[in-house]
Amino acid sequence: MDTGIKDYAARSREIIREEPGVRESVTGATIAFDEKRRQGYAEVDADTWRRWAEGVKNHTLTHLDRYLAEAEEQLQANGAQVHWAADAAEAREIVTGLAVRHGVRSVVKGKSMVTEEIDLNPVLEAAGIEVFETDLGEYILQLLEEPPSHILGPALHKSLEQVQELFAERLDTARDGDPDTLARAAREVLRDAFIHADMGITGANFLVAETGTVALIENEGNIRLTTSLPRVHVAVVGIEKLLPRMTDLAGFLQLTARAATGQPIGCFVSLIQGPAADPGDDGPEEVHVVLVDNGRTDVLAHEHAWEALRCVRCGACLNACPVYRQTGGHAYGYVYSGPIGSVLDPGLLGLHEAMPLPFASSLCGACQDACPVRIPIPELLLEWRREAQEEGLTPWRERAALAGLASVATRPGLYRLAGKIGSRLGATGAARVLPMLGEWSKDRALPKPSPRTFRDLWREGIE
Amino acid sequence: MRVAFFVTCLADHYFADAAADAVRLLRHLGCEVSFPLDQTCCGQPAYNAGRTGEALRMAEHTLDVFGGLPDNPADADAVVLPSGSCATMVKKFYPRLATGPGGSAVRATALAERSWDLAEFIVRRLGVTRLGDGLAGRRIAVHQGCHALRELRLETEPATLLEGAGAVIVPWEAQEECCGFGGLFSVKMTAVSAAMADRKLETLPDVDWVVSGDGGCVLHLDGRSRARGDRVEFVHLATALWRGVNGAGGTAGAE
Repeated sequence: MDTGIKDYAARSREIIREEPGVRESVTGATIAFDEKRRQGYAEVDADTWRRWAEGVKNHTLTHLDRYLAEAEEQLQANGAQVHWAADAAEAREIVTGLAVRHGVRSVVKGKSMVTEEIDLNPVLEAAGIEVFETDLGEYILQLLEEPPSHILGPALHKSLEQVQELFAERLDTARDGDPDTLARAAREVLRDAFIHADMGITGANFLVAETGTVALIENEGNIRLTTSLPRVHVAVVGIEKLLPRMTDLAGFLQLTARAATGQPIGCFVSLIQGPAADPGDDGPEEVHVVLVDNGRTDVLAHEHAWEALRCVRCGACLNACPVYRQTGGHAYGYVYSGPIGSVLDPGLLGLHEAMPLPFASSLCGACQDACPVRIPIPELLLEWRREAQEEGLTPWRERAALAGLASVATRPGLYRLAGKIGSRLGATGAARVLPMLGEWSKDRALPKPSPRTFRDLWREGIE
Repeated sequence: MRVAFFVTCLADHYFADAAADAVRLLRHLGCEVSFPLDQTCCGQPAYNAGRTGEALRMAEHTLDVFGGLPDNPADADAVVLPSGSCATMVKKFYPRLATGPGGSAVRATALAERSWDLAEFIVRRLGVTRLGDGLAGRRIAVHQGCHALRELRLETEPATLLEGAGAVIVPWEAQEECCGFGGLFSVKMTAVSAAMADRKLETLPDVDWVVSGDGGCVLHLDGRSRARGDRVEFVHLATALWRGVNGAGGTAGAE
């Protein structure tokens, strides 16, 4: 998998320096989302809900074989067709194969992270199929040929001015068109796409094993149209999206909406129970569910990282994250960005491929407090850091410095001596011998050591 | 109350006067303060970097220095640290670390149970919220270190003590947001780290002091604000509280 992850440090610096508007847009939007999430949580006994959700997900993940089999059986009983994809390439082949078999010329898509993960659009387009992203944010990004920057608000790194300019150029709207005008212009294009599309492709928020139900949450209504107008509906679903029972879904629909936007529930919730029963009924003639592994069973097998599979893709951790807020998602170089990306990507792609994401965090813990399924993100980041150290994936100077600190700190005499030398050198002198202080001083003034250490003050007597 | 003072390596070398103010404050509140001379670094830099073996060695050293056997009569009643982050290391991460291979979980848990961050100790253990009126009318913004805030849940303690000494706590939009220090993070991801400090500094209200109980955050915020040419006075919580008692006291923070 070709990602831009390894360039995180350089790319984040570039975004902060060269594209200051990104930081402004992302900070503003995520703070607003985070505030709504807080209000949404405050209206209910959120801690109890979150503990319950954590328990349901843990149960499901530890009995995944059983629930996957049950889901397949129920989906088939509902008349849906089930496909299994071990990796991204298989998933792409399955979906393009279906499109070719059905003579599809035009596809409408609902916003879906997993179809970004498997990089679906380019292969469909290569097969001569026209693809329309129908979520407004995704539509904007499709016009710009950019990947999403956020799970929930894929274009939240863009300012209103940027969208006004884009739409004026491409959709002939007024340069100062208000958001309603812009949305209406996009709707004109997309309504036409919905009517002519042969296939609708979505992800899924949840897949209920008991009933074989694909559940989708949205606010724009585009997913409702994507799943009901075209003659074929394909839902691409990560295998961790399972829930055991319909009653579990009732809770998860509410908790996910509260975590994502503070809403009690999404404006539209679509429960897909297979194709139209009779010709002439509403709904697609065929429904296909593609169950995607693509690294998920590796994550499940990992001693610690499996907890990240509880993720419901609400984006709450991104909204709460002060690191994410400075750059948006593009700095991370992969579809799953922010705190959840930094713990999930090493599992999905392999730790080596995901360096340095486990280190792209100040470990402030805001993500953990926001997460509706209580993923212990800081702890998981530390686990990945441990593995990175064990595998020698960190710079040797850093390892040497920390080994040096440990040697000094376990020998009190040496520690006192080092302290004395440090004070004599002063900040500037220390910067010359300590490589890390050089990095520090790129963006900050050097710290000023106390003229005398506390130890000296204590010896002289503190009055 | 016998208190063993764990100064922490950062305060020892960069906030020596504030650490001395912490000792003055503890004595003023009736504590008998000792300073075990063999103490060094708690090991958090290694722990946060994922260098578990080295972190464990430093933790074991600290356990040797501060006792840590349950009910050892030679031990002090409490170990107090003038740093929310280092206090979190001892209170939360030592037990986690010590349950791993080669760790001494019993000693770690015992030490964790009688270790306190300074503000936590004064409010929760000593039950004191009124120190004096030495900060009367002083306008203060509080920066809470993330470990103090989200691991120790010291959401109100520092502000309560400052207000109890007469200070006016000025609301700060980014008060609960991370300043971007994060130890190793500040040198590995310098641009993001600095941008996080900028967010704090850009939203800072008009105040006399910014007060924090975490030296690492202060070094980072102060360093960034000086690089930007801002004029912000950062004061360590220990110094601010001691001034609350007597109106004067040691010099401020990194300055």
